Amino acid sequence: MDFNKLFQLIVAASLINNFVFTRFLGLCIFFGVTKKMETSVGMSITFTAVMVISAALNWVIYKFIMVPMDITFLKIIVFIGVIAALVQSADTIMKKLSPALYYKLGIYLALITTNCIILAVPLINSGENYNFFESMAFGVGSGLGFALALIIMASIREKLELADIPAPFRGLPISFIVAGLIALAFTGFSGLITL
Amino acid sequence: MAHTHKTNWELIKNGMFSENTIFKMAISLCPSIAVTNSLKNGFFMGVSVIFVQTMVNLTVSLIRNFINPKIRIPIFMMVIAGYVSLIDMSMAAFARPVYKQIGLYIQLIVAFASIFARAEVFAVKNKIIPSIADGLGMGIGFFLAMIVISFFRELLGKGALWGFPIVQGNPLLIMVLPAGGFFAVGLLMGFFNWLDARMAAKREAAAAIETA
Repeated sequence: MDFNKLFQLIVAASLINNFVFTRFLGLCIFFGVTKKMETSVGMSITFTAVMVISAALNWVIYKFIMVPMDITFLKIIVFIGVIAALVQSADTIMKKLSPALYYKLGIYLALITTNCIILAVPLINSGENYNFFESMAFGVGSGLGFALALIIMASIREKLELADIPAPFRGLPISFIVAGLIALAFTGFSGLITL
Repeated sequence: MAHTHKTNWELIKNGMFSENTIFKMAISLCPSIAVTNSLKNGFFMGVSVIFVQTMVNLTVSLIRNFINPKIRIPIFMMVIAGYVSLIDMSMAAFARPVYKQIGLYIQLIVAFASIFARAEVFAVKNKIIPSIADGLGMGIGFFLAMIVISFFRELLGKGALWGFPIVQGNPLLIMVLPAGGFFAVGLLMGFFNWLDARMAAKREAAAAIETA
């Protein structure tokens, strides 16, 4: 196992190819939960955990079921099915094992199925032919990158509440412009490492 | 909401303007920035969404009496994923250069909140024709948003439209960069809010004159 490559993958997925700012995925959730710091931290934790499990599970299914049976053309349908089932079972298990945690993070679990990043990661993993550990690393990196984006955005938006913004731009439009500025900053990471 | 009382034309208009997916509901935002760096990409994305949205609404409406409400979410997902696979494969076969750029985002139509939402709140409760009208309206609304955003981005960022150069000189490169997409959507959203507020004020003024 090549730790160097794994580390590079994590850095690349979280900073250089940050899903929110350079691939524009997960925007619905990104703009939906970043009004408050508390919700964005909750979402980050839940999302990163589910992301890693889903990347691993989908890799196993792709490699050991879909490739041998030659049904890779069904990957969109299979991946979304696996993710929906995973989220549903995580919901049930968490409710049973730890009601306190469920009370805090349960609502974010339900939202994760509508997050395109969770589907994009297995699709990219299978497209790039990553091995098991590389897929996991890519999942971790994507989760961390998403968490970073959420937390930066939430801290700015909490400040924005107090700013004097022209009426038509209040709410979403100004958030988009702020996101644009952050994206501009993130382009500075490009070329940090090359894979 | 039980059966709708709106005419089909009203349903289409509703999706195009008053409940426009991107500018009014602010859902399914990912492709609005990801694929709008050129008019061509925006066009293909918009057409795919019109197709998927209409067909999903049609199919869900057809089978609405056989769906057990408890398992409706997986069923909707399978219907959507089926049509998305269809368009994904046809595009890979017939529009190779465009597919190379936007293929990932076409596959991710599966996770679009707007398509799922229309199946859930509309198609599963309404007859076939209104469902088609609703899907068509929503799809066209999305298509128009894509065209508007990508029109401005390609014109300002490359000085071109559909790949043909239009304006000479140094374009604003930032508009085709990722950051430019956020700026374009933010500014357009602000503009539409301003337009809405202005029109509402005008209507109020007109009503005040009539009552006076």
